[in-house]
Amino acid sequence: MSARATGTASGAGGHGRRRWRARREWLVEALLPLINLAVALALSALVVLLVGESPARALSLLAAGALGSGEAIGYTLYYATSFVFTGLAVAVAFHGGLFNIGAEGQAYVGGLGVGLLCLAAGSWPSGFVVAGAVMAAAAFGAAWAFVPAWLQARRGSHIVITTIMFNFLASSLMTYLLVNVLIKPGQQSPETREFAPSTWLPQLHGVLGALGWGLGQSPLNLATVLALAACVLVWFYLWHTRWGYALRALGKSETAAVYGGIRPARTVIAAMCISGALAGLMSLNEVMGVQHRLMLNFVGGAGYVGIAVSLMGRNHPAGIVLAAILFGALYQGGSELSFDVPTLTRDIVVVIQGLIILVCGALEHALRRPLLWLVRPHARAGPSAPLAHHGS
Amino acid sequence: MSEGGLLLALLAAATLRGAAPLVLAALGGLFSERSGVVDIGLEGKMLAAAFAAAATAAVTGSAWTGLLAAIGASVLVSLVHGYACITHRGDQVVSGMALNITMSGLTAMLGLAWFREGGQTPLLGAGARFTPIALPAVDTLTPVPLLGRVYGEVLSGHNALVYLAAAAVPLVAWLVYRTRFGLRLRAVGEAPGAVDTAGISVSSVRYRAVIASGVLCGLAGAYLSIAHHASFIRDMSAGKGYLALAALIFGQWRPVPTVGACLLFALADAVQTRLQGTPLPLVGVIPVQFIQALPYALTVCLLGGFVGRAVAPRAIGVPYVKER
Repeated sequence: MSARATGTASGAGGHGRRRWRARREWLVEALLPLINLAVALALSALVVLLVGESPARALSLLAAGALGSGEAIGYTLYYATSFVFTGLAVAVAFHGGLFNIGAEGQAYVGGLGVGLLCLAAGSWPSGFVVAGAVMAAAAFGAAWAFVPAWLQARRGSHIVITTIMFNFLASSLMTYLLVNVLIKPGQQSPETREFAPSTWLPQLHGVLGALGWGLGQSPLNLATVLALAACVLVWFYLWHTRWGYALRALGKSETAAVYGGIRPARTVIAAMCISGALAGLMSLNEVMGVQHRLMLNFVGGAGYVGIAVSLMGRNHPAGIVLAAILFGALYQGGSELSFDVPTLTRDIVVVIQGLIILVCGALEHALRRPLLWLVRPHARAGPSAPLAHHGS
Repeated sequence: MSEGGLLLALLAAATLRGAAPLVLAALGGLFSERSGVVDIGLEGKMLAAAFAAAATAAVTGSAWTGLLAAIGASVLVSLVHGYACITHRGDQVVSGMALNITMSGLTAMLGLAWFREGGQTPLLGAGARFTPIALPAVDTLTPVPLLGRVYGEVLSGHNALVYLAAAAVPLVAWLVYRTRFGLRLRAVGEAPGAVDTAGISVSSVRYRAVIASGVLCGLAGAYLSIAHHASFIRDMSAGKGYLALAALIFGQWRPVPTVGACLLFALADAVQTRLQGTPLPLVGVIPVQFIQALPYALTVCLLGGFVGRAVAPRAIGVPYVKER
């Protein structure tokens, strides 16, 4: 299989063939996610109709559930935090033309790192615990991404398939460990004992409440701050370091990158490890911030949401934050929605998520071309440019 | 015959039952992938088909209309995949993933809203599902040593879709290797430019391949909900689509080795179900999760070139651009 995912990876690629066209492309970049969202929501509205409910009512309930109160907003941002991490993970890989479907498994194994550290670190000072947990989450996530990356870079096996397989392997491994090894003795459900309170990530509702922003009892915690820091670091890495440059060059054209002295294997492995580390960090929010124990399936599909977030955020940290908040709102609003309308469960959010991936990712050309045509000025662009083109 | 013989017969029969949906889905994926279109969406197609089959069979009370509905739903999903990947040259992996996620949500949602049984469909009666059928002359062959046992206890007594899966293997092999369509299919997956130069539409061949994949995944999905089980349960494909994909890769995109891989994976599953908690000599109790992980681990090893070498169709994953 061709190793590089085509199309999506080169997201922002304008060829700059004609300058006037390039000048309008930012408009397309800004409008396209909104139009994609509108199309995905319109398709979801059809599904809601099919179920026999009113799409308008569903949407208003969803919005109220996600943003109606301080606590709701807190929950929205808590979900968004996980999605920022997994979205960044997918985006970093995308920039190198790699499709990391394995964020789910990497986050799961990252949680193992966090869990082991927190179980061991009951008496450590809290600063050490947080620093240690960040490193453990990143290291475990990166390690889980390293094997598929190495297989892709050195043995030419396709990263999409190997990361899918590694999701299943992660699931088996974690089930085994939780059921047989880490389970709290004398307990039925496969989860560890609760961590010592000194290892819990600090909640934000106290701090923000003091600033006059009431978040109720929402589980928003320090991981949100870490997620924003990760965004800045990823932005710096991608656009302001030579490694980021190497990765993006590789994603655009492998032959050109090799000609420029970039070593593809090394770049791929480094990028996938960073991607896996980011996915692993997601577990801080869930394991250390909220559950305070390691439990089965705590990732809950966040790795797959990361794909939608990354595609919709155009693989840029700023876009990813916005897309993650959108998905956070969908998840939070979706769980509220099912209280009011029993036939509409959070599954509707999964449908919207799938449709967004379809529309933003697989069908991106279908919408981009007509949009470019619309945005493009239709006055003739002077006779010289086309003539020069013909002459060459 | 001894107790061991009975155990073996039970294991073999369980393997055949477990392999049937994998074989159908993997052979479907074979058409699509040999034509150059990555088919990660096997899982979503199976799920859509399983739901359509159970829902239709529950309403109409007929297994065969359920089967038709399953094929229809699965082909529809295939066509969306084709529209995104062939017509609009979208990313095939992204499209497949999107369809898997959409179908996971959609089937659960529709199931809950239409049948109000917590996402399941109503339990199907005997007429609305495929029930075990005894092969002819079972009774006359029973006294024959070994053969009678194999025929009566391993081969006989499965539902129609298991036999359909068995029949699909030579049929697919013949289609892919011995027909004009098969030649074009393989050519389009290796060198679409050459096929185009010969005056054959690449898109048309790929669309037909994707539809063939839809039909076979439809059978696989129907097997899950109206043959193996008697209702649709949310996310009931439970990774079988990915397992079929792994089998396809393990079988190096060739029909017979692919079926071999399906049988191997199904055997692992049957052994695991039977062995649960039973200690084995020398190794003791093997954890369930270890056996569950085996197919995936084997596929990774194969992909890494540690067990043979998986050589994919050359043009797989690359959208065909007729003119630049």
